[in-house]
Amino acid sequence: MSVDEATVRRIAGLARIGVKEEQIPEFARELSQILAFVERLDAVNTDGVMPLTSAVERQIKRRDDVVSDGGKSADILANAPIRDDDYFAVPKVVE
Amino acid sequence: MSDLIKLSLSDARQALRDKEITAVELTQAHITHMEASRQLNAVVLETPERALEMAKASDQRIQNGTAGILEGLPIGVKDLFCTKDVRTTACSNILGDFTPPYESTVTQQLWDAGAVMLGKLNNDEFAMGSSNETSRFGPVINPWRAKDSDDNLVPGGSSGGSSSAVSAHIGVAATATDTGGSIRQPAAFTGTVGIKPTYGRCSRWGIVAFASSLDQAGPITRNVRDAAIMTGAMAGHDVKDTTSIDIPVPDYEAALTGDIRGLKIGIPKEYRVDGMPREIEDLWQQGMDWLKDAGAEIVDVSLPHTQYALPAYYIIAPAEASSNLARYDGVRYGNRVITDGDITSMYEATRAAGFGDEVKRRVMIGTYVLSAGYYDAYYMKALKVRRLIADDFTQAFKSCDVLLTPTTPSAAFPLGQNQDDPLTMYLNDVFTVTANLAGLPAMSLPTGLDARGLPLSLQLIGPAFGEEIILKTAHVIEGAAQFTAQPHKWWM
Repeated sequence: MSVDEATVRRIAGLARIGVKEEQIPEFARELSQILAFVERLDAVNTDGVMPLTSAVERQIKRRDDVVSDGGKSADILANAPIRDDDYFAVPKVVE
Repeated sequence: MSDLIKLSLSDARQALRDKEITAVELTQAHITHMEASRQLNAVVLETPERALEMAKASDQRIQNGTAGILEGLPIGVKDLFCTKDVRTTACSNILGDFTPPYESTVTQQLWDAGAVMLGKLNNDEFAMGSSNETSRFGPVINPWRAKDSDDNLVPGGSSGGSSSAVSAHIGVAATATDTGGSIRQPAAFTGTVGIKPTYGRCSRWGIVAFASSLDQAGPITRNVRDAAIMTGAMAGHDVKDTTSIDIPVPDYEAALTGDIRGLKIGIPKEYRVDGMPREIEDLWQQGMDWLKDAGAEIVDVSLPHTQYALPAYYIIAPAEASSNLARYDGVRYGNRVITDGDITSMYEATRAAGFGDEVKRRVMIGTYVLSAGYYDAYYMKALKVRRLIADDFTQAFKSCDVLLTPTTPSAAFPLGQNQDDPLTMYLNDVFTVTANLAGLPAMSLPTGLDARGLPLSLQLIGPAFGEEIILKTAHVIEGAAQFTAQPHKWWM
């Protein structure tokens, strides 16, 4: 399926990636090319095939539901681009 | 060049044990060589002071008789592994000067075993690439050059800093990661050995995630024994990664018995792709002959869905990447672009400035295949095909113990050659990506040179947790191939 420019704008918006107007035709061409390639899968009959989500099928190991870590707010905030006291600071979200 | 940097990991280990050399001497020699090799751009952050401190502590432990299995051995770490208090960027601008307050499980195990960190190694941005040309720090150069040529070649990707550094003797080994071939293809391009263990064999905790159901850590080394030693040190269960598997880690070195009599080697006919160079065909045949001479039996097998592995991969990996990379929004770490607008405009500007073009392409493809109305047609379809690919291997391993294939369809190519065409670049992974989709262990080792004098490699793929079988088989091939060629030191 060929990706048009409106679709590029929509996907970029969903992915929260700012794309300049002049980049849109190039992305549309490249994404169309990649999608044309992956659409080769249409030739495979997958009727009745269960999707594989885990490469090595195994029961995930359980652990006790107890607190094992915490109290590290200084570590967690250490790399914040902008912080305000013990909070990450972002532009105002609620008017 | 100092004799100390010529030592392989296992030879250096022996020399340290025999107290012929000290860890500080060995580390200093590698630091000097690392600094003299900056032209290769394999190292994005040198940590010489930390290295010497670690080496001093190693010498102490060797004196005390409390040495670990990697005591005093200087290695490089791919910049995808979080290292406590040492900048970790995944070679992306979006991470800025991110300095983790924690250590990845795999690197922690290496330090606990006594290894010494020389520095952080270059890679493709977020491990997305096959030539190490998408890094924010610029491309890595392959130490190898074609005969009578001054052209710079790519070291493969995404672990191109790891492969270049090990090939150039900057470190005795390096950590790497493999999502679609990112350990094996760079190893093949640089005449080094690389192993991607079974999915779940090594913890992914603290490794920057690309595609979580495919990513797996492993080493790049200069020989098979070193690969066995490193794999043993990196592997093991970790409560912090629920997909890591709790079964004992065998002594991989003990598997190198040289005895493969009666082993059945499967040759998948679908790996004979159209237009495969004659040299690769010959290399493959030579590999079969060596194994036959050692008492193994060659059997033909079929992996009928092989041709669909790359298209399935280029749906699944971008889908997972688009989800994993959603966390880079400029709020909690990394670079932020401040705008006059609302928080969405901050996200969009931050991600526009922070991600390179290949990462943007993959995040957008991933977003598209997961979006409403396309999810079943692309993503679910790919997961079903993934099942068929995994079933092909299950079927094949009913009639053989290990598979032998080429690692790559060509030797290393010049910088810039495939950069304009994402699809041509993706074809580099045609022989390696199947093992990631099926979660199987696979290994690459150099066995010959092409007509231009560049290394070519063979790949072994084993059943789940069959690391011992592939190492054992690789060891026999290594013994027969006697691959001793080295790149000439043009960069020094």
